[in-house]
Amino acid sequence: MNLLSVSSPHLTRTGGTGDVMLLVILATLPGLTALTYFFGWGNLINVVWATTIAVASEALILKLRGRSLGFYLRDYSAVVTGVLLGLALPPFAPWWLTLVAVSFAIIIAKHLYGGLGNNLFNPAMIGYALVLIAFPVEMTSWIAPRSLASATGEIAPFVDTLNVIFPFHSTTTFDAMTMATPLDAFKHKGDLTAEQVWAAEAVLSAKSWMAWQFVSLGYLIGGAYLLYRKVFTWHAPISMLLTLALISAAFWLYAPNSFASPQLHLLGGATMLAAFFIITDPVTSATSVKGKLIYGGLIGLLIFMIRTWGNYPDAVAFSVLLMNFAAPFIDIYSQPRTYGHKIHK
Amino acid sequence: MASKGYQEIINDGLWHNNPALVQLLGLCPLLAVTGTVVNGLGLGAATTLVLVGSNLAVSMIRNYVPDTVRLPAFVMIIASLVTCVELLSQAFTYDLYLSLGIFIPLIVTNCAILGRAEAFARNNSIIPSILDGLTMGIGFTAVLLVLGGMREVIGQGTLFSDMNLLLGPVAEHWKITLIEDYKGFLFAILPPGAFIGMGFLIALKSLIDGKIKERHDAQKASLGVTSRRVRVTGEIK
Repeated sequence: MNLLSVSSPHLTRTGGTGDVMLLVILATLPGLTALTYFFGWGNLINVVWATTIAVASEALILKLRGRSLGFYLRDYSAVVTGVLLGLALPPFAPWWLTLVAVSFAIIIAKHLYGGLGNNLFNPAMIGYALVLIAFPVEMTSWIAPRSLASATGEIAPFVDTLNVIFPFHSTTTFDAMTMATPLDAFKHKGDLTAEQVWAAEAVLSAKSWMAWQFVSLGYLIGGAYLLYRKVFTWHAPISMLLTLALISAAFWLYAPNSFASPQLHLLGGATMLAAFFIITDPVTSATSVKGKLIYGGLIGLLIFMIRTWGNYPDAVAFSVLLMNFAAPFIDIYSQPRTYGHKIHK
Repeated sequence: MASKGYQEIINDGLWHNNPALVQLLGLCPLLAVTGTVVNGLGLGAATTLVLVGSNLAVSMIRNYVPDTVRLPAFVMIIASLVTCVELLSQAFTYDLYLSLGIFIPLIVTNCAILGRAEAFARNNSIIPSILDGLTMGIGFTAVLLVLGGMREVIGQGTLFSDMNLLLGPVAEHWKITLIEDYKGFLFAILPPGAFIGMGFLIALKSLIDGKIKERHDAQKASLGVTSRRVRVTGEIK
């Protein structure tokens, strides 16, 4: 008899960091597809370019820090940062904008804090906030969706888009129609009532608005898949979406003419991307169950407040970074009591 | 403390105990005004003047002011000197005075100055105190200059712009445009850019210190080996 005695756990699962990160990348595909369909090749090119820079910066800094290249590059966390930034930056963001955002995210926000697992702040959001503050003009012009970009409803050809992003040897100017995003349009409505804005702004017309809703829906589908695969728990995303929906609904019902509708809040900006891909980052968010609920809820609240009373049309990056500060603090006060022990005061 | 040699005072002020890089004092003006080289130089010169003056005065009265009331006395001295500097800069470099704004009067609250009065001038005679104030001031100014240069190059793509505000018409054409058609990197001009630039400067100093120590150790080790061999008479391998 040669019985092998193995201690528990008997059920093992595959699933290192790399597997999880690959799932996350896979889950961005519906959103990326919707973006590409409605807004042209820009975001796809951005994703590829951002990923290239992310991996190159990661390799460079790993080399400088004397770490093993193969091991750390195979956890694909740099790729995720690159992909998320590629999705978040405007489709026609020039190449250097992406370069600055991504290399800053990887080198300073991630590795100068000690690499994956030690970074206080979400690297992608740091990169985004940096370029949003430094290059406001480039960051706030978003291309018009295909229904509005041209009479025939075609998106800009691939080569032209490439020439806009990398303007090295092309002298042809390319008339891309850029316009505000729905949240931006609503933000700068001035004295108009909500009804007048919806009627006046092309970006809020039925066709254009549909494009934004489809993109958000794409992220929602990807997020639901990640939830199904148990990459993260439901607490933070649901808490964030619910808080944002309830607060915006309350204000909207109180004064429908001066506040954006819950629908605009949930589907009009980066809300879905944030709920399922940003705030679920295991490193920079709160970890206890109660903590995740508080963390997500406060991000929802901050998003509403900054969007409504702040200077920037969208608020995801700032809200997430502010709550990254608070995450360790939340964790201290939301740790469940261990059975038989007193609560730490 | 009192027996510090002049060489040591100079080394401490400029490098080993640099107010900005090591003591991390006076960071508020340091981070706020170093958007350009000229601002850095202006504030650095003003701070140096105040430092030298306050160290001199504090060292002169050190035996007459009781310890219990020394802080108000020091602050009075510093405040009067800062007022002098403020009026001087208003008289001779008015544009620079405008661009430095509140940060010239705020030199009063610069803890580097009170720190030197408290830590050095209170216990030392006049000449070492003046030297300490001067080298600390120069060390502080050097960091302001480097940080201002970094932020100006990255933020605006120029170097030494508007130097005539401080140095008069001689410096009118000193401005060097390093990058043509530069869009500007607003982040470097804003305070977060200053924090990150400061972080990199401190890291650079640690790196240099590490290298110096490494070389020193290597030298010592090699010296040790040779001297031992000299003494060995029988068995050299």
